[in-house]
Amino acid sequence: MGKFTGKNGTQERANASKYERSKGQFKSNRGASGKLKHGLKKIDNQYKEAIHSAAATEMLLQEDAGFLEAEGMEKTYKFKQDEIKAAVDQTTSNKAFDLKLPEFGPYTLDYSRNGTHLLIGGMKGHIASMDWRKGELRAELHLGETVNAVKYLQNEQFFAVAQKKYTFIYDHEGTEVHRMKQHVEVKNMEFFPYHYLLATSGNTGYLKYQDVSTGTLVNEIKTKLGPTQSMTQNPWNAIIHLGSSTGVVSLWSPASNEALVKIQSCRGPVKAVACDRSGNYMAVAGADKTLKIWDIRNYKELFSYTTPTPASDLTISDNGLMSVSWGPHVTVWKDAFKTKQQSPYMNHLIPGSRIQKIRYVPFEDFLGVGHSTGVSNLIIPGSGEANFDALEVNPYETAKMRQDSEVRTLLQKLPADTISLDPNYIGTVDKNAGQARLSAKELAELKAKQQNNEKEAEIRPNVKGKNSALRKYLRKKTQNVIDQRKMRLEANLKKEKELRQQKAKRDRGEPEEKELLGPALARFK
Amino acid sequence: MKIKTISRSSDNYVPVRNTQESNLTRNLNPELHPFERAREYTKALTATKLERMFAKPFIGQLGQGHRDSITSIAKNFHAINKIATGSADGVIKYWDVSLSLELASFKAHYNRVTATAVTPKGQLLSCSDDKTVKLWSVNVDDYEGGNDTEVNKSKGLLKTFYGDHAFRAMDHHYKDSIFVTAGAEVLLWDTEKSKHISNLSWGPENVNVVKFNKTETSVFASSGSDNALILYDIRTNSPIQKIIQTMRSNAICWNPMEAYNFVVGNEDHNAYTYDMRYMNHATNILKDHVAAIMDVDYSPTGQEIVTGGYDKTIRIYNHKQGHSRDIYHTKRMQHLTQVKFSMDSKYIISGSDDANVRVWRTVSHERAGVKSSKLKNKLEYDEALKDRFKNMPEIKRISRHRQVPIVIKKAQEIKRIEIQSLKRREENDRRHSKPGSKPYVSERQKQIVGQVFKDEERENKGKGKGKKGKGSKKNELQGKESEFSGFDD
Repeated sequence: MGKFTGKNGTQERANASKYERSKGQFKSNRGASGKLKHGLKKIDNQYKEAIHSAAATEMLLQEDAGFLEAEGMEKTYKFKQDEIKAAVDQTTSNKAFDLKLPEFGPYTLDYSRNGTHLLIGGMKGHIASMDWRKGELRAELHLGETVNAVKYLQNEQFFAVAQKKYTFIYDHEGTEVHRMKQHVEVKNMEFFPYHYLLATSGNTGYLKYQDVSTGTLVNEIKTKLGPTQSMTQNPWNAIIHLGSSTGVVSLWSPASNEALVKIQSCRGPVKAVACDRSGNYMAVAGADKTLKIWDIRNYKELFSYTTPTPASDLTISDNGLMSVSWGPHVTVWKDAFKTKQQSPYMNHLIPGSRIQKIRYVPFEDFLGVGHSTGVSNLIIPGSGEANFDALEVNPYETAKMRQDSEVRTLLQKLPADTISLDPNYIGTVDKNAGQARLSAKELAELKAKQQNNEKEAEIRPNVKGKNSALRKYLRKKTQNVIDQRKMRLEANLKKEKELRQQKAKRDRGEPEEKELLGPALARFK
Repeated sequence: MKIKTISRSSDNYVPVRNTQESNLTRNLNPELHPFERAREYTKALTATKLERMFAKPFIGQLGQGHRDSITSIAKNFHAINKIATGSADGVIKYWDVSLSLELASFKAHYNRVTATAVTPKGQLLSCSDDKTVKLWSVNVDDYEGGNDTEVNKSKGLLKTFYGDHAFRAMDHHYKDSIFVTAGAEVLLWDTEKSKHISNLSWGPENVNVVKFNKTETSVFASSGSDNALILYDIRTNSPIQKIIQTMRSNAICWNPMEAYNFVVGNEDHNAYTYDMRYMNHATNILKDHVAAIMDVDYSPTGQEIVTGGYDKTIRIYNHKQGHSRDIYHTKRMQHLTQVKFSMDSKYIISGSDDANVRVWRTVSHERAGVKSSKLKNKLEYDEALKDRFKNMPEIKRISRHRQVPIVIKKAQEIKRIEIQSLKRREENDRRHSKPGSKPYVSERQKQIVGQVFKDEERENKGKGKGKKGKGSKKNELQGKESEFSGFDD
């Protein structure tokens, strides 16, 4: 990087690489003309200047990230939540609550985008939305119906609940706003705040995208992978990751009806999938007790771990801490994407319970755990992003700011069909579209070549088709329907085949099987 | 155990009083800003749409306008909001543009007013086909007491200059009390003297346009009915050089920032920018009009050019680009005769055959009102975004789209076909003639028939230079020049 002078000083920034957007994209062309070269150089300098000044703003960040360090013989994973609670400051320990709700569990949960609100849903129909920092209950519902999943939409004003059959949207007071009857038997829900899309999947094997700002169903995709076991979104490119019962993790976008990528991650059902904030890594937990870390830039498996029992849920925090829940345990791993870890960062046990759902609180050092006897908040130092960007998501927003940002984000809503593996494809030159940049002459040549190929393809060897009326009939009939006629036809076909084979053998001069066995035994063949 | 957790004090983020602004902390880490480019693109798209929604270029007309077609508009180069207009019925008016107020009105001539000018002292000069040039005072104290409704006939008249022929054009020096008139002869006058001080005519033809350079103040240019563009210098008291074009120039304007550049609006629907040092080719051609260009003007920044056409439209060009960035028209506006930038380059003033003087915005979506810093920042950000994504197909389409009168649209199509057929014919000609006998001529040289220097020595020098330089193409041009050497006298 060049040397900079001016308001940002001449100092080189060590952290500048964090702010790089497109490495190596601005290399000036060797063949470029003087004017173009100058223009490219100018853009390059502007880009470098921008990175430099962005890196320089880091000293203005107000908060520091949390940490937990062991001294001497201590191990961080040996620390109990009680000890941690006693060691941290008063405000933090106050936030570590434990709700005992044994009646309606197991509980699933979700935090609002800015982390101020908590939505819990008991399997037996108990729904509660609350400002968990202030301890104020916003809405409480007893649905008297199974609750499979809960999800806050763009802010805490609306939430979606996947119930026994349909999916419903409730407002902040708990009033039913919509019944989405196209979303049937939903088990998992994800919300894309920049696209205003609610994605659902479940027992039906369909992945459905609902635009919550217009109320239209954007796309329904038949996954053809059986009931969906687990789902997560990649927050970096808004791709949905689905885990199937065959151990396949498939990547989906509403723009395509086929899976973009399929990864065979484990044998047996995929219990949980999670993606990190940067969209570089994916963690997959299977029913075969494996926990695998994948690099989803090149779809390579990085590390493989085993869990003592199959994991029930998996989540990754903003700062890259990975939590796994298995049975009554929660295990937190640090730096799990960099090196293979030998021991976990933290452990927690909720005795006599089964953990259903774990989610990190955005911008806080807490992990919310929904289990069969209630909901707990665990202190996980170093998990949350300390410095939020108030123009993006603001945990301290007022009602007015919330309303403004809602209008603003709606104006900037991204179209659903722009979701693709590379979120920055817009505004880049498609280098793969070779056809688009061919000259007229090249195009004419290409066309002539294609025509020639077609002509060549027309001459085919005279091969008799293997189709027959019988086969056609059998194909049309559903495979597993067995009736009299089908059995008869199958028998006929088999007989025909045998006769053909016998004829072929005779032609070759080989002795027939029948003759080998003799007339008495040939009967039983 | 060493432990620390995030513990923010809400006092840092929530304002104590509701009159205080919230502390909006930023974190520029790209991971906190997903879909950065897609969101910026969406913003740019919205900004482009808003720009087109806010595009209301027409502001209004000045007062009640005139009673006959506007024949001249003159800027006051020393005041930001004053202009003078003259019409075909012999009336001249002086306007306060910001108030849309008529400051003075004189029935100046019995014939049509061919040109007006504002002197550095703030007086008004008008010239006409009736062989007179008149100097007027627009200071109201000089002729107070007259009836407001009645057009003042003799009050305010300071001086009359008499000539032997009809005056077709006139322009005043930027700072000295000198003005030049054109017609059958090109004459230089001093406002202190009653007779002209010199005659700068070159050739017998009528001269229709004359324009002083406002930066290099001793130089002026003229254009005549023999399609000649002539440059003069009042220090040597003689013309310098002339080029003959294929079509006549209706208007000339000097670049106020680059003193050697000027633009001419031609009968052939195009405007050409020239560098007075290299007059053998145009530096740029501004196309798009579908009828003759009647007037051109440079913005005071020297970056933009406005043209008014006989096709009843105003077009605005970037001075370095070949096609217009915007087109203005209204249903009632007739053939344009005059277009001028205001001295702050924010507005365009147009005069047309329908006797109205209209005021337009230079940037059609811009609003003049006082803006909060928040709004200013937003508009700046939007401009940057629009510039960044200007080549994206959708944004390009929306920002370029203009509703054009059907007549113009049809004319454009016809013109396109005509030009194509001419080109085809030329190419066919070339194919069927002896190789090399019909060389390619650059588009920027096509309109130039020949170039002549007043001074014989300079002409020879020019020729020698040409031969050394560019070879056959240049020689061809020089050959043409000799054909017109008859104009030298």
